Amino acid sequence: MSAKANKFSMVTPCDSRYLELIRDFVAKIAKITGFDEEHVNKIQLSVDEACTNVVKHAYKGIDPKDIRVDVTFDQEKITVTVTDRGKGFNPDKSKLKDMDTYFNKFRRGGLGIHLIKILMDEVSYSIDPCRKNSVKMIKYLCKMESPEKKKEQQILMEESYARHK
Amino acid sequence: MSDFTVRRKDAGDISVLNIEGYLDAHTAPAFEDSIKQLVEENRNRIVVNFDKLSYISSAGLGVFMGFIEDIRAKNGDIKMSNMSEKVYKIFDLLGFPNLYEIVSDETEAIKKFKETK
Repeated sequence: MSAKANKFSMVTPCDSRYLELIRDFVAKIAKITGFDEEHVNKIQLSVDEACTNVVKHAYKGIDPKDIRVDVTFDQEKITVTVTDRGKGFNPDKSKLKDMDTYFNKFRRGGLGIHLIKILMDEVSYSIDPCRKNSVKMIKYLCKMESPEKKKEQQILMEESYARHK
Repeated sequence: MSDFTVRRKDAGDISVLNIEGYLDAHTAPAFEDSIKQLVEENRNRIVVNFDKLSYISSAGLGVFMGFIEDIRAKNGDIKMSNMSEKVYKIFDLLGFPNLYEIVSDETEAIKKFKETK
């Protein structure tokens, strides 16, 4: 099925004060795409987490510091790509966490990618340090309210808890 | 820029923090300061009332994780109340209800503290 894509972009300074602006930008496009409030919230939170990771980790000692957010949507899905020009990260280290271990160690932080993977349908990374590091997140309209997706999310959560039991 | 406020009220040895607005990476330090202040005053029986909180990200969740071990070591706790469905879903998604007591309203949270006195 060919779909006409609609494209939007936003570039902000790399500062947590702009997270709300980015969330609002993405939420409005997600609504236009056709997602209900519950799914708009999931998309919004995922983008917040991706941008927060950029603010916290991407640019130590590197200038200029900015965050680029590209959003495209068509009849099938919304795609949000968060890009920075910082030091990059190792995507292999961003596996789903075992939450029992996480809680037992009273850890804080490090839940951003974990949340994105639970909340979005597809997540992929492209890392080119100091040039272009991207996190691409996709949410499909057809999976909205889908019992299969809800079951899949439940299984992921249960696996996470059960892993070390 | 995200709006976030914390209002504190003390009743005996229990402190209630009413949080309002958006709790994200930008506003989490303000919330962290509020809890830190309570811990420094040795007030370790804390209720966080979420009634007016519209949004939370993992940066907000991380604030609770940063203090709970220390607070429980001093026989205290952080209990949570009045969460909207939207905010509760995020806690639930990550399994936080297994670690924290989340109750429907502030009065119930205070009552639970009094029961364990």
